[in-house]
Order: sequence, then structure tokens, then C-alpha cells
Amino acid sequence: MDMILIPAVNMTPILPEIFLSVLAMALLLINVFIPGGQKSYLAYVSFIGVIVTAVLVGAGWGSHIESFSGSVVLDNFATFFKMTFLVAAGLTVLISDSYMEREGCNHGELYPLILFTVVGMMLMASGTDLMTIFLGLEVMSISLYVLAGFNRANKKSNEAGLKYFLLGSFSTGFMLYGMALIYGATGTTRLYKIAAIVGQMTLPSANILLVAGLLLMMTGFAFKIAAAPFHMWTPDVYEGAPTPMTAFMSAGPKAAGFAALLRIFLVALPTLQAEWSQVLWVMAVLTMTVGNITALRQDNIKRVLAYSSIAHAGYALVGFTAGNGTGTAGILFYMLSYAFMNIGAFAIVILVSKKGETNGNVSDFAGLGFKRPLLALVMTLFLFSLAGVPPAAGFIGKFYLFSGAIQKGYIWLAVIGVLNSAASVYYYLRIMVYMYFKESTEDFAWIKVTAPVALALIIAAAGTLIPGIVPSIILEYAQMAVKLM
Amino acid sequence: MSNVLSLTTFLPILGVLLLLFIPKDSKGVLRNVTLAVTVVTFLVSLIMLTGFQTNAEFQFVENVPWIAAGPFMMRYNIGIDGISLWLVILTTFIMPIAVLSTFTAVEEKVKEYMVCLLLLETGMLGAFISLDLFLFYIFWEVMLIPMYFMIGIWGGKNKIYAAVKFFIYTMVGSLLMLVALIFLYFKGMEAGIHDFGLLQFYNLKLDMATQIWLFLAFAFAFAIKVPMFPLHTWLPDAHTEAPTAGSVILAAVLLKMGTYGYVRFAIPLFPEAAHKFAPLIATLAVIGIIYAALVAMVQEDVKKLVAYSSVAHLGFVMLGVFAFNQEGITGGMLQMINHGISTGALFLIVGFIYERRHTRLITDFGGLSKQMPIFATIFMIVTFSSVGLPGTNGFVGEFLILLGAFESELRWFTIVATSGVILSAVYMLWVFQRVMFGELDNPKNQKLLDLNGREITIMVPLIAMIFFMGLYPKPFIDKMDPAIKKLVAQARIAPLPARMMPASNQMQMPAGHQGADQTPDAQQGQMPAGHEGGGEKPAAPHGGGEMPAGHSGVDKSAVLQTSPAVNPHDAK
Repeated sequence: MDMILIPAVNMTPILPEIFLSVLAMALLLINVFIPGGQKSYLAYVSFIGVIVTAVLVGAGWGSHIESFSGSVVLDNFATFFKMTFLVAAGLTVLISDSYMEREGCNHGELYPLILFTVVGMMLMASGTDLMTIFLGLEVMSISLYVLAGFNRANKKSNEAGLKYFLLGSFSTGFMLYGMALIYGATGTTRLYKIAAIVGQMTLPSANILLVAGLLLMMTGFAFKIAAAPFHMWTPDVYEGAPTPMTAFMSAGPKAAGFAALLRIFLVALPTLQAEWSQVLWVMAVLTMTVGNITALRQDNIKRVLAYSSIAHAGYALVGFTAGNGTGTAGILFYMLSYAFMNIGAFAIVILVSKKGETNGNVSDFAGLGFKRPLLALVMTLFLFSLAGVPPAAGFIGKFYLFSGAIQKGYIWLAVIGVLNSAASVYYYLRIMVYMYFKESTEDFAWIKVTAPVALALIIAAAGTLIPGIVPSIILEYAQMAVKLM
Repeated sequence: MSNVLSLTTFLPILGVLLLLFIPKDSKGVLRNVTLAVTVVTFLVSLIMLTGFQTNAEFQFVENVPWIAAGPFMMRYNIGIDGISLWLVILTTFIMPIAVLSTFTAVEEKVKEYMVCLLLLETGMLGAFISLDLFLFYIFWEVMLIPMYFMIGIWGGKNKIYAAVKFFIYTMVGSLLMLVALIFLYFKGMEAGIHDFGLLQFYNLKLDMATQIWLFLAFAFAFAIKVPMFPLHTWLPDAHTEAPTAGSVILAAVLLKMGTYGYVRFAIPLFPEAAHKFAPLIATLAVIGIIYAALVAMVQEDVKKLVAYSSVAHLGFVMLGVFAFNQEGITGGMLQMINHGISTGALFLIVGFIYERRHTRLITDFGGLSKQMPIFATIFMIVTFSSVGLPGTNGFVGEFLILLGAFESELRWFTIVATSGVILSAVYMLWVFQRVMFGELDNPKNQKLLDLNGREITIMVPLIAMIFFMGLYPKPFIDKMDPAIKKLVAQARIAPLPARMMPASNQMQMPAGHQGADQTPDAQQGQMPAGHEGGGEKPAAPHGGGEMPAGHSGVDKSAVLQTSPAVNPHDAK
């Protein structure tokens, strides 16, 4: 009998991915045998699975292993981002159960899909080959299309799923085209090889294939991270998708998009930094401004947070434009903090809203401050963090993002950034105005904080407050992560 | 007690933790506990007053690493000198008074109110004691949050507008300052500074263009807080809508953040730019003085009148500070404290009658002195203090400011500003006359009760301070004198030839002012002893308000004295 020759591959770098995939598939099977009312068990198992994966991922900290002939790498950069995805997924799983129960769509497939999304995102973060990154992106996106339209009975959710799918596939096309052009220009899809080949070109910025590929790829990623002018889908999808999925989408995939972008641009195309940072500069300004200005006029709180999420992508792009250690470490820190604070805020939105996603306007928060003081207090914490007011993680994140830009000489970009930040304060304050300054006859009796939601809120609040006071506990890791990329 | 400064700052936070365990219906307990916490904080702060050595060094310094990540190093670096000492004491002194004033004024959500007050106290104290730029920024921002909620929750009719406006105005300014701060840090890094410690940045030589931008960013943030014309518009709204204790704290302490910011940061960090913009700032200050006085004159709401009078008073402070001489800055500092006491007292007085009549319109009153003699006496004393009558604290501060400014390059501004003194007398005495004298014809006013024991207790310390500072300001001036001398030396711009030297790491001031023994690693809060001694002219000892007339001539002689000293310094 002939032996099948398998090249020696080191499975260690993708151990967490394998574990999560197996778990997700097992959950899909188990789901069949679990009766309708008891899908919570799947949530618990998924949450434990996420924690186990986090341990696996954490164990890889400090190592640098390339595998699959250099198309996947395990390094601190990947590990940091994987942790971010796991935080987002863990919190989402915790807040999903009671919401899905309330909306009557607690189908067991939800949790495996979330886990698959995480697998895709992890591959995006650790991929060092355009193809790996693309595969990861597709695994993530396809699961997300389903998640966005998960509430089948709800028209808006259907709309969100379809819209996301159509526009998403369109942008994927752009990205793939861009990758093909880069392959055409360099003859490889391995990031390190691209870097070497581009480094040897006499004038890479005059290579039309390369530059066009770069721009097309940027377009595709700009769509994924919801950067203007490719952000149009965001408000509708975020509003229509089930709220926990909105929370997840705003934190996880956005971070994954940044992970892949950073990896591709800083590893493969650093020689073209002068070119791409010009494009990013404009994109950052547009994204921040469009996000914040449109958020000012929104009444639906999911839309407020959707537009604010666009603005936050803009802040992260400020750090990206700088492209230096401070700025990129800032992005890593910010993405993690953003997962905590934004999912936390969405958790409160879920609690305050009622079945069928009613009661979701900013004005519906009136009186929450004194009827449910604890909930309002954590919401205040999340909002101040989003607004970038110390002592919350959001402030430290912005501080590093803008510092990166200033260090690199982009002072006007930082000024535009802080002015945007000041404008954003208005719509965050507006929510607080309703919570604390307006009277209401509502008693908020329908709010029932289940144990998983309470746990999620505690984790989110701790993750928002503690890194704000002692940022080093996360910043040090973020800096180690970008150093060895 | 080496941690006395931290203890003072964070005692209110401990108080907050204590309050959390008290049920929210026991309003009496909540109030008394808060009062006790603020009184204890005040007493602890007095330890610093007694232990304070009269010299220019920063004292009670605590300096430990806080955040060390990437290019940045932030430290928990605190300490006080003669300038911040008095502002710290002012804060701890005003707080119990503010708390006591809420005992009947605030009936709803007492617990939350007290928590806000205590958080605010920590924020304010923290900003005054920070010697790390980043730490300062954190406290500066944190302070906004409790004040925002105080105005928004317990404020008047238009509270939401006022609260949001207050927050966003301050936020815009401070975020621009943040950019400047980061930029300054990177500039410092080039010169070998590796943390946010304020004192090392004093020695950083920046070129003029950089200084101008940085100064503008800092000055803008502080100008909003002061507030200076034309950025003052948030103040009347905030004051009018805020509850009494909020107004008192806002006037007494929060506004001082702005002027303190100039004294501690904007001027010594960017002296050349400060000089360049001094005429502009003086112009705005003088416009503020006159404009606010005129606007105050036509107000119908007593509280709004007091709010505008604040703008005018702070205009005087700015004028004094930007005179850059000993008299002017001393006057400015004194006036900061005076304004805290007398305007704080005025807001309390407005609060007293508002609590009784639920109106603040001047036309609703008249002849109150017949019905409320104690109130009338107190109001009169405070009014005199506010207009700067000799014998009260207001006189000493205003006189020194005008003296200092007159002797400086701001002479013509001073002459215009002096008319503001008269205007302030006009509107204050006029409002006093309309409220207190005349016919007691409004039947509602005929039943008014005079001040009760608690209210008199609130006012007595303020009245005592008004006279004490008015008659014997020496202890105050003596304690702040060395620090101000140092500031005057820092604010003195380098003589022209030195400024044109290309050397990038040239020090801010000519060497003669700093003492030759200064080394680049004189960092982290401890200045070497000779730091400010070296080039100081042996000024005649002065106390009270009398400064030797020749003192302000120091600029010219300094140029002659120090020019030759530049070269050895550069060679280092």
C-alpha cells in the first residue's frame, strides 16, 4: 500500500481554530437532540468553549511559529487579536440567550455560527498569505450574513441579512480582484515574499498592477471595517440585525478587518507606506466625520451606536495612518477596549428594549438613571468610554491612536480627530441626558437581568474601567504584539 | 505624614465609598457624613498649611511610576508650591460650606448629590496638585463629569442645555490641549525628557513657532474655563441653572482651574509665546471686565448678575497674571482666592433668598433689610468685598493687580480696566439697594424669615476670611511669594540674542536665572536647591501689599545681567 505523503506541518498555530471548529460542529449535531426551550445549554457550552480556546490561545503567547509553508503564523500579534475576538464572542454568547428567547428565535445554530465566525477571524489574524486571509474572511463573512438575518420572522433582520450579503459579496469581489492583481505584480501571495519582491522594485509606486491591487484590496477591507465612503450598509444592517449580533459585528469583525489590514500593509507593503497612508488619511477623516455627524441626528439607539461605530473605525484609522508602533499598538488596545465597551452598551440596549425590538429609541431611556441606577451607571461608564473621557479605556485608546499620529507628524489629523471626538460627546451625552435628566413614568419592570447578562456586564464594565486606570496591563501586551509582527 | 497630599485628595473618594453603604432614605445621615468627610479633608489639608516651608520648592511631593507603555511614561507625580497650596486650601475650605448649604436646598436624590460633590472635590484637588501633565489632564477631565450631572440633575428649568453646553465647551478646549500635550511630550523626548513630569518641561527650549501653537492650544482650553470673553457664554447658563452648591463650587474653585492653568502651565511652559500674546489676552481680559460689568448691570436675575460679575473678576485676575511681575501675579493669585470667597458667598446669599421665595428676580424684592437684618448685614459685607472696598479682601487683590499691570507693558489696558472697578461698584451696590432697601411692599417678602443658625454658620467663616485677608494678607502673600518669584523669573523672556541662538537644547531662560549648578537630570519634581536662587535679584523683603517700586524694573537689568551667561550654558 502506498503511503500518502503529507508534508510536515505544525498544527500548533491553528490548534485553537481546530478546537473551535470541532466544538462548533459538535454543537450543531447536539443541537438536534436538544428540545426547543433548552437551547441555553448550547450557550453555556459555547461560553466554556470560548474560555478554553482563550486558554489555548493564551498559551501561545510569546512563541513565533510559522506553519503550512508560511501561510499561517502564530505570533503575539495574532494572539492579541484572537483574544479580542474571543472577548467579543464570549460577551456576545452571554447576552444572546435571553434576547433570542425573548424574540422567539432561539435556534441552536446561533452558537455554532458565532464560533465559526471566530474561526474565520482567527485565521484572518494569523494568516500570512493572501489566500489564508481571504479564506478566513469568507468563513467569517458567510457566518455573519446568516447571523445578521438570524431573526427570520423579523423583516428588518431579513433586510439586514440580504443587504449585508449583497454588498458584502460585492466588496469581497473587489478584494479578491485586488489580491489577484498583487499576485500578478509579484508572483506570490505570501506576505513576506511580497514584501521582499516589492522591496526590490526600483519604483514600486509606479507599478500600476501593484497600486491598483492595493487600492482594490483597501476598498474591500474598508467595507469590512465600515470606513467611509464604504460604510453605507452599516446603519441598516446594524439596526436590522438582532441586537447581540449587532454588538458582535461592531466589535469582532471590525477588529478582524483591522488585523488583516495591518498585517498586509505593514508586513507585505511597508515600502508603499507613503502611498497608502495618504489614502488612509483621507479615509480616516471622512470616516470619523461622517460617522459622528450622522450620529448626531439619530433617534434609534442602535443607529446611534452604528454610526458611532463608523466613527470609531475612523479613530482607529488615524492610528493606522501613522503606521508606527504607538499608533498600531493603539489600534490593538482600542479594538479590545471597544469590544468591552460597545458590547456592554449593546447589552444595556437589549435590556431596555422590548420584544420585537421596540422601545429602542434614545428617549426610551428616560428615567433609567434613578429607576435602575446600577444599569444606568454601567451604561454611563460605557458611554463615557466611547466618548473618550478618562478614566476609561476608551480614553487611553484614543490617546495612543492620536499620539501615534502626532508622533508621525500628522498633527492636523489628530486635531480633526479630537474635534470629532468632542462632537461625538454630544450624542453620548444625549443618552445620559435621557437617563438622568428627564423624568419618566416608566418603571422598567420588564428588565430582568439574567445571570449570563449580569456576568457579561460585569466583564464588560471591568474591561472598560480597569484598563483605563492601569492601562499597562493591556498596553504592554499590545506593544509586544506589534513589535514582533 | 508623607502622603498627606494624597490623603487630602482621595479622602473624598473614601467618603463616597462610605456613602454607598448608607441607605438613600436616611438623608440626614448622608448629609452629615458628607459634611464630616469634607471637614476632615479640610483639617487634613491644614496639616499641609502648617507644614509648608516658605520657599519655592514643590513640597509634599509623591512621585511613583503609573503607566509605562511605549513612548510614554506617566507618573503619579504630585506636589504643591505656594501657588497651588492656597488653591488646595480654598477648595477644602469651600467644600464643607457648599455641603452645608445643600442641607435644605436639596431634598431629592441626596445620596447621588453628595457623591457628586465628593467626586468633584477629588477631581479639583487632583488638578491643583498634579505635577505630571498627563495626570493633570485626567483630573481636569474627570472633574467635568460630576459637575455635568450636578447641573443636569439638580439644575433649574434650562438645565439640560446648560449642562451639555458646559460639558462640550470644556471638552473642545481640553481635547485640543491634549493634542498639544502629546506634541509637547514628543518635543521633550527629542530633548531627552522621558516622562510627563511638568518641571522638566519648564526647562525645555522650544522655538517660537512651536511655542505659539502650543500656547494657543493650552490658552484656549484655559480661556474657556476662566472663562474669558468671548468664550464665556457657557458660564451664565451653567451658573444660573446649577444648584446653589454647584454654583458656589463652580465660581469658587472650578473657574480657578483656568487661571491656575495659565500660571502653572501656559506661561512657564511657553514664556515667549505668552509674552507675544499678552496684549491680546489683556485686551480680551479688559473687554471681559467692561463688557461683563455692563451686562451684569442690566440683569434682572440676581444669580445671572453674580455670574457676569465673575467674568469681570476673572478678567482682573488675567490682567494681573499677564503683567508678568511680582505685584500683578501676587494680586492675581490673591484675587483668585478672594473671588472664591466673595463670589462663593454671593451665590450662597442668592441661594438663601431663592430657597425662601423661589425667585431670583430683582424686581420681586425690595426692602428686605427691614425684615432680615442679619441677612442684610452679611450681604452688605460680601458686596463690599466683591467691589473691593479697602479693608476687605477684594481691595488687596484688585489693588495689587492694577499696580502690577500699571507698571508693566499693560499700562493702557490697566487704565481702561480701572473703570471696571467703578462699574462693579455700580452694579453691586445698585442690586444691593434694589433688593435690600426701599419699601417692603411685596406681601410675600413681609413674611420672610431671617437667616437661621445653619445659614449663619455657613457665612461666618467666609465673612471672617473676607476681613482677615483684607486686613492682614501678609501670611497669604508670604507663603506664595517665593513661588511667584520663581514664576516671574520663568516668565521673563530670554534676551533677544539668546533667543536667536540656533542651539536646539538651549534652556528656556538665561542661565543666570537658574543657577549654574543645574544639570539636565534635575528632573522628577525635585529641583536642586540652587535652581531658582542663582540669578535672583536681592529684592528687598516685602510683606503686606507694599512692593518696592523698583521691583518691576527687573526686566531691563536682567537683560544686561544675564546675556554673557548664555555662552557657558550653551557649551554644556
